[in-house]
Amino acid sequence: MSRKISVSATINGQENEFLCEPRQSLLEVLRDVLNLTGAKEGCNNGNCGACSVLLDGVLVNSCLVLGVEAQGRSITTVEGLAGDELHPLQRQFLENAALQCGICTPGFLVASKALLEKNPNPTEHEVRYFLAGNLCRCTGYDKIVKAVMAAAEEMRAKA
Amino acid sequence: MIETQEFKVIGTRPIRPDGIDKVTGRAQYGADIKLQGLLYGRVLRSPHAHARIRSVDVSAAEKLPGVKAVITGRDFPAASNETVHAGEGVVNFSYLSENLMAQTRALYHGHVVAAVAAVDVHIAEEALKLIKVDYEVLTPVLDVIEAMRDDSPVVLQEVRTDELGEKGTKPTNIASHGRHDLGDVDKAFANAAVIVEREFVTGTVHQGYIEPQNGTAISSMDGSITAWTSTQSAWDERREISEVLKVPLAMVRVIPMEIGGGFGGKLNAYLEPLAAALSRKAGHQPVKLTMSRDEVLKATGPTSASVMRVKMGADKSGRIIAAYAWMAYEAGAFPGSPIGAGAAVIFGPYRFENARIDYYDVIVNKPKAQAYRAPGGTNAAYAAEVVVNDLAEKLGIDPLEMRLKNGARQGDRRADGPTYGPIAYLETIEAIKVSAHYNSPKPAPSRLGNKVGRGVASGYWGNWDGRSSASAVINSDGRVSYLEGSTDIGGLRASLAMQLAETIGLKYEDIRPMMGDTQTVGFNDATGGSRSTYGSGMAAHRLGLKIIAEMQKHAAALWDVQPEQVNVKGDVYSCGEKAITFKELAGQLDETGGPISVSVSLDTKGALPTFATQVVDVEVDVETGKLQILRYTAAQDVGRAIHPSYVEGQIQGGVVQGLGWAMHEEYVYDKDGHLLNGSLLDYRMPTALDMPMIDTILVEVPNPNHPFGVKGVGEVPIVPPAGALANAIYDAIGVRMNVLPMNPRNVLKAIGTI
Amino acid sequence: MQAFSYVSAKSVSEASAILAQEGDNAKVLSGGTDIIVQLREGRRSAHVVVDVKAIPELNELSYDAAAGLTIGAAVPMHRIYGDAKLAALYPGLMDSATLIGGTAIQGRATLGGNVCTASPAGDALPTLIALNARCVVASANGTREIAIENFFAGPGRTVLQKGDLLVAFKLPAPQPNSGAAYLRFIPRNEMDIAVVSAGVSVQLSADKSTFIAARIALGAVAPTPLFVPEAGAALIGQPVGAVAVNAAAEIAKAAARPISDMRGSAEQRKHLSAVMTKRTLEIAIERARA
Repeated sequence: MSRKISVSATINGQENEFLCEPRQSLLEVLRDVLNLTGAKEGCNNGNCGACSVLLDGVLVNSCLVLGVEAQGRSITTVEGLAGDELHPLQRQFLENAALQCGICTPGFLVASKALLEKNPNPTEHEVRYFLAGNLCRCTGYDKIVKAVMAAAEEMRAKA
Repeated sequence: MIETQEFKVIGTRPIRPDGIDKVTGRAQYGADIKLQGLLYGRVLRSPHAHARIRSVDVSAAEKLPGVKAVITGRDFPAASNETVHAGEGVVNFSYLSENLMAQTRALYHGHVVAAVAAVDVHIAEEALKLIKVDYEVLTPVLDVIEAMRDDSPVVLQEVRTDELGEKGTKPTNIASHGRHDLGDVDKAFANAAVIVEREFVTGTVHQGYIEPQNGTAISSMDGSITAWTSTQSAWDERREISEVLKVPLAMVRVIPMEIGGGFGGKLNAYLEPLAAALSRKAGHQPVKLTMSRDEVLKATGPTSASVMRVKMGADKSGRIIAAYAWMAYEAGAFPGSPIGAGAAVIFGPYRFENARIDYYDVIVNKPKAQAYRAPGGTNAAYAAEVVVNDLAEKLGIDPLEMRLKNGARQGDRRADGPTYGPIAYLETIEAIKVSAHYNSPKPAPSRLGNKVGRGVASGYWGNWDGRSSASAVINSDGRVSYLEGSTDIGGLRASLAMQLAETIGLKYEDIRPMMGDTQTVGFNDATGGSRSTYGSGMAAHRLGLKIIAEMQKHAAALWDVQPEQVNVKGDVYSCGEKAITFKELAGQLDETGGPISVSVSLDTKGALPTFATQVVDVEVDVETGKLQILRYTAAQDVGRAIHPSYVEGQIQGGVVQGLGWAMHEEYVYDKDGHLLNGSLLDYRMPTALDMPMIDTILVEVPNPNHPFGVKGVGEVPIVPPAGALANAIYDAIGVRMNVLPMNPRNVLKAIGTI
Repeated sequence: MQAFSYVSAKSVSEASAILAQEGDNAKVLSGGTDIIVQLREGRRSAHVVVDVKAIPELNELSYDAAAGLTIGAAVPMHRIYGDAKLAALYPGLMDSATLIGGTAIQGRATLGGNVCTASPAGDALPTLIALNARCVVASANGTREIAIENFFAGPGRTVLQKGDLLVAFKLPAPQPNSGAAYLRFIPRNEMDIAVVSAGVSVQLSADKSTFIAARIALGAVAPTPLFVPEAGAALIGQPVGAVAVNAAAEIAKAAARPISDMRGSAEQRKHLSAVMTKRTLEIAIERARA
């Protein structure tokens, strides 16, 4: 076993300090050390997007980040999306039936948040392109794309 | 009668009760579980597709600090050779046990030979490297046609062909050869004006659920086992753990966690018995096992590669008078491909007076084939639907007219035996015929030289009913706590709560549904075979009737009348001038006889087959062989759409899985039987960018056998896509594809470019 | 995963000193999208992982009309395509940066990582060759530059020696009337490894009628990304049009020496070499004319 390193990071707005081995991925740290199991392991090599998180606001696969790399960084996971109320994306996913089994949903929500922060008015093609790294096997994507577009519209109306 | 039913809840689109947990990351899937003293396991897998295992030495692994238990085939008692119905197929416990943990033979690349539990997953992985396995490598059998030859190496020496009911005498890879006969097919072919005969080859594909298999178990000192897992079928899992580990059934409890997709691939145990065996050896500490994606692809449920030859003959009017199919499906390393279902699907949509189907279940050195959404259906329909279109073209008949002319209707006998009850296939053809899509011109190609084509295909799926149980408690606030036992894999809690609410006249929000486990609710068959909204919906309805009967008794007690004198309309209970709502009455249970809880257990009957007809527009890049789906419309007989959004979602998801199978997905093995593409990079499932919106047309022809008219909807949408796409490619470039996947390389080959 | 120690290097000299001392036991961590997977799957091993993202020189992203573009080896793709000015100047580079992996991969993956992974199919490699990039490499002996087409030694191998650290890429400023493009052929529309790819740059005469310079490189058709100078040379002096483009495409096809693997057959790749070269040239010409 290699030596554990102390890491300080801001996770969903909270200052946090944790111990991890260098070989532990950020995904492992989130799930096994910090008990934030919202990010899921679907492939563990960056091909499914189920572990998507924001690292300093940038969309990444947490399976492809070492836990120690989080030092001094800010991380947003699906657990950090809702405040007192659901995020418009979360609510639109529910209202549009954009999840079936729901295992890919945390990754899609985080990725969609990254998209809408960058592009508040995406076309259908832009949504599909941005989310191509997030695999869903249940929905055929139709209702996911519609939910993201509906959330974008709602957020634009509020802005 | 059903047609005139008016509904308050059914047909609406409420939000699922598990929704908030699933969008906030709080939902607990199998791999999310945490238990005190939890150990983490990893599994050692055979690097060879076919080998004799001479010895397994785990001594060094056991000594590694942090390792708590190591198990091998020696830790698994010989299981019974009994074959029982489980999930969507049959399970032989001896083979199930051998598939979970190899004994003396490794039968596919990825077959488990040992497992380790340790204090963390990295130590468990290091321990695997210390296990020494002595293999004698044998020649693998990798191709269904090769496997059927007399001179092929034999995978399982004990297998004898079940040849039309007679047992063969020599070792073979052909587990069975079955035949369905209808009429006189030879005579009919002799009378045919037009005959088309084609051969089709399809690859091995995977269900592709995003959540890898997982299993956590604790084997207690009293001999009991508790397992937490993502499963489509807690009761089948329980039986399998019980049989494989020789623990009495009632001593095993399986707690289904939220499940991240299954599509048939999570009907049977893979890890749970290993976790329990490790726990038993590790001082009864709980053990969690999870698979990597590579393990999922190497060792869990692919569905069969196949070779099929289909011949159909028609008279001059376009009536198909004779049909013959020869079908061979790969079973993987143990008998049991979905060939039986494939043989039902292949001519399912058609009314043939003369037909014969020869079908073979063939063992090869690949993982044991498992159910995958309409098991065996997509490839079978692909073959038939291409031949039907070819016949139609030769006769100069529009493909939809061809299907209307030859489509099955009530009273027709299917080639594999059953006679159809009230089915609604033709309605789906009519729906496509009048659809906006079918009546629009084909889109223009996006690039000079590209070609656009349109294709149609139909599909059949049988659907299952099965056993369901449920229970409910009436709370004093008038809400109903509802415990159901079918795995909710995509909105079932909502669809069942809606049926219960409709039955007892409450609002959807007044039903609080929850999934039970094998200890808390009665027996339930798998969520599979498109049965749960049907069968567990019937249980919800029956539960509702029981609740009403109990409430009538309480109302009667309140008014000092007989229960039969209490009338019920919606949520209002009345007798003469007196009336009380469900909610008010629920607040007075203690004064009228005490609390109410009810339960039901049913063996449901009456599921009806469903049919789908679909149309696709595809653009073919003739220079590269690449396909782009431009437009897709799927019509389906859905019986009654309880929650239309979820029905649409099932259709859309099924279509896209079917298109993935049709366009990209396949296992790639090297000549030694190593799986080369064990990742989601190279096992290419469709991304959001690969697909257009999938338009759906819900044709509602209610099932008279169900209180709300439900028919299973989940499986049939995956049946037509490959055939529809092949027919669209033909329309675009005049080439009939005879291989799945129709990937760019295979399209270029078919064109003759390479 | 195998155990290793982790160092976040703060300077080029600190990183190259560790690399010099540890040799093959040290692995550079930039975006991590390849190396973390390789370590996890046991395809590469490390005693120490040297994170180079905190080194200032590896994070440089600057453009100067005279000196051209400097891209630090650890600059992630999203920063490259997020720079509107660069996007206008180097559309070919943007093609590559937006094609590597999905959006989440682009949040981490770096140009230096794509080059050092040295996959014959790496999406940035034909582009960098077409754009005449030079690799700035530091070691204890100082800094040197290597032309990108000379950087690769085989699949997964580069010419870097023990103690070498790839610091940055230098790309010349675009010439007038020039255009570049990158295209890859993949079965899906995203998330695949190139079956065949092509990166090209062309420069046209002032009246945009004649090619005056061109560089053409292919991916996934040889053990390393394949620079095909003769294909570019064949364009020079030729009138811009299908005849010249098809001729160059055929030369590229002739140079391709692909293998068959699970992602494509040799015949398919050979055929696609011409198709992709032709299509990429058409885009580059359109950009040069714009």
